[in-house]
Amino acid sequence: MSTMVRTEPPQKHRAAERAADEDQLNRRADGTRRPWYSNVIARVVMIALSAVFLLPLYWMIISALKSDEELAKFPPTFIPESWQLSNFVDAVTAMPFLHFFLNSAIITISVVVFSVVSNFIVAYGFACLKWPGRDLVFYLVIATLFLPFPVTLIPMFDLWARLGLVNTFFPLIIPSMFASAFYVFLLRQFLMQIPKDMLDAARIDGASEWTILWRLVFPTAKPALTTVAIFAAVASWNDFMGPLIYLQDESVQTLSIGLQSFRSVHAQDVSFNLLMAASFLVILPLLILFFVFQRHFIRGITIGGFK
Amino acid sequence: MTTTELATGTPLAGAPPAQVEGETGGPPPRRTRHRMSRTDKRNLVLGLKYISPWLVGIVVFVLYPVGYSIYLSFTRYSGMGTPTWVGLGNYTTAFADPLVTKSAGNTLFYALIAVPLGLVVALVLALAMNQNVREVAWYRTIFYAPSLIPAFAMSFIFIVFLNPQFGAFNQVLNVFGGSNVNLLGDPTGVKIAIVLMAQLAAGNAALIFLAGLRNVPKTVYEAARVDGAGPMRQFRSITLPLLSPVLLFNLITGVSGALQVFTEAYIVTNGTGDPDAGALFYMMYLYKNAFGFAELGYASALAVLLFLAGLTLALLIFWCSRRLVNYDVEAS
Repeated sequence: MSTMVRTEPPQKHRAAERAADEDQLNRRADGTRRPWYSNVIARVVMIALSAVFLLPLYWMIISALKSDEELAKFPPTFIPESWQLSNFVDAVTAMPFLHFFLNSAIITISVVVFSVVSNFIVAYGFACLKWPGRDLVFYLVIATLFLPFPVTLIPMFDLWARLGLVNTFFPLIIPSMFASAFYVFLLRQFLMQIPKDMLDAARIDGASEWTILWRLVFPTAKPALTTVAIFAAVASWNDFMGPLIYLQDESVQTLSIGLQSFRSVHAQDVSFNLLMAASFLVILPLLILFFVFQRHFIRGITIGGFK
Repeated sequence: MTTTELATGTPLAGAPPAQVEGETGGPPPRRTRHRMSRTDKRNLVLGLKYISPWLVGIVVFVLYPVGYSIYLSFTRYSGMGTPTWVGLGNYTTAFADPLVTKSAGNTLFYALIAVPLGLVVALVLALAMNQNVREVAWYRTIFYAPSLIPAFAMSFIFIVFLNPQFGAFNQVLNVFGGSNVNLLGDPTGVKIAIVLMAQLAAGNAALIFLAGLRNVPKTVYEAARVDGAGPMRQFRSITLPLLSPVLLFNLITGVSGALQVFTEAYIVTNGTGDPDAGALFYMMYLYKNAFGFAELGYASALAVLLFLAGLTLALLIFWCSRRLVNYDVEAS
């Protein structure tokens, strides 16, 4: 709640501070009390919404734990009768799961690092440097946000095929080195908030732009960079079409495409509890990543604002 | 501060240290016959150096492929050898191809439901994420969580959930007196299922709405409340107009995304688009032509048509929204 004005002295007792916070939450900006029921209604609605949005995850987990017979039961059980944890072991051993996992990890980590660096540098050029024509070029960046991209699919495939790089990770990694409109836009909004005086002071002290970029702006921009990193990680980890087109050999396949091709190859005998167990293992790293960085992530996207 | 140690060995090593005297009160730069002063020129070079990754990207990953796609769309090309020129052949084939009509219709059906519904769901989520309650961080995490589930996993969940024999969906129907249905076995039902699946991933659009909501100054609401405006009136007269630029952004990205719907349908139908081509979306047909039948020229023509449709829609939305979108949120 960074927007709230705290009036209590910092040494105040923690519980008292929390009570004061609670009091603050129940007041409007002009200081009058909200009616007690206003939050109750909001909470009931939000808890109901939460139930809907947690349902897929819940269904995935309970299906992953069920035995084959229990999964085929009707009506379905909402709490598994027997917790078949062995499904997770079976899922990992039934397919080259660890191999897929490693491939996904290599691609995702590379994409995240390159995306953060390239978009940060470009956003700095748009937000912190002043040069003739800058705003005009920035409109071009925005315009590319709205271009429908499937049109680039076939020529890019043709290009990578000619370079002999189909069935390697390069077609999925290299584009992230060249910045993308959405991330540049997001970062620029954030970087614009950095006081110009701070940058000018550093310039007068003789710091080069490159130094200012990494020593001064980088630490300040961490929430926004975290947001870009999470967006890039999720997009790359969950990407389906890219691997579907470029990674045809099983040895280079990622989790998303690996699981699907495993399913279609074993269409007759595949059990969905194993697919669910494997899927859960796929999203686990993302869930952990998101829970750890949730605060920075939300801050990074909301502080800069979308205008 | 060492100014050069970080710069050495990088492509930007030559970047001259920026001078600020031209902009801040110093003597005005000498006027030469060129339109640009020396400072301007130096700043331009510096700026272009910093955005150079994007400049390279736009040429290699946007301009070149768009141009090459247009060229390929006039050829017959299997991916091997050289493309043979066929003029407008691919386009006349496309307009006569019943599967193009079918798949474009499916995509349109999807977009007409998924885009408006998606905006409403995302807006509701954003309003919920913006509530002034202690545990709001939890709600934000929960509402965003399904957006982290990859489309393939979400599709697996729906396949289990909607299973005609043992799915929980049918149990719910039974409770309300309905009989078992096989939603994924029905050409319209499968599209509805994919629309619903997409709604669970509304978290991304919701976060963008949330960012917009937090830009609306609190004082505006207070003033409206003092004037006697109720919550609904406040939403209609303050929130919605001030949110309109964000709404426009989400609308255009929503339309663009809906035109490209692919993954969920590909997985739910195992790549076939059945039953009865009911889930054969435009992108799936394009994909099949390119990578299934090696008809890269024909697929390029389909891609160019999609590109034109998307571009036209985006421009149309911009044009229609001129009067409706309010860009004066800067008051905060």
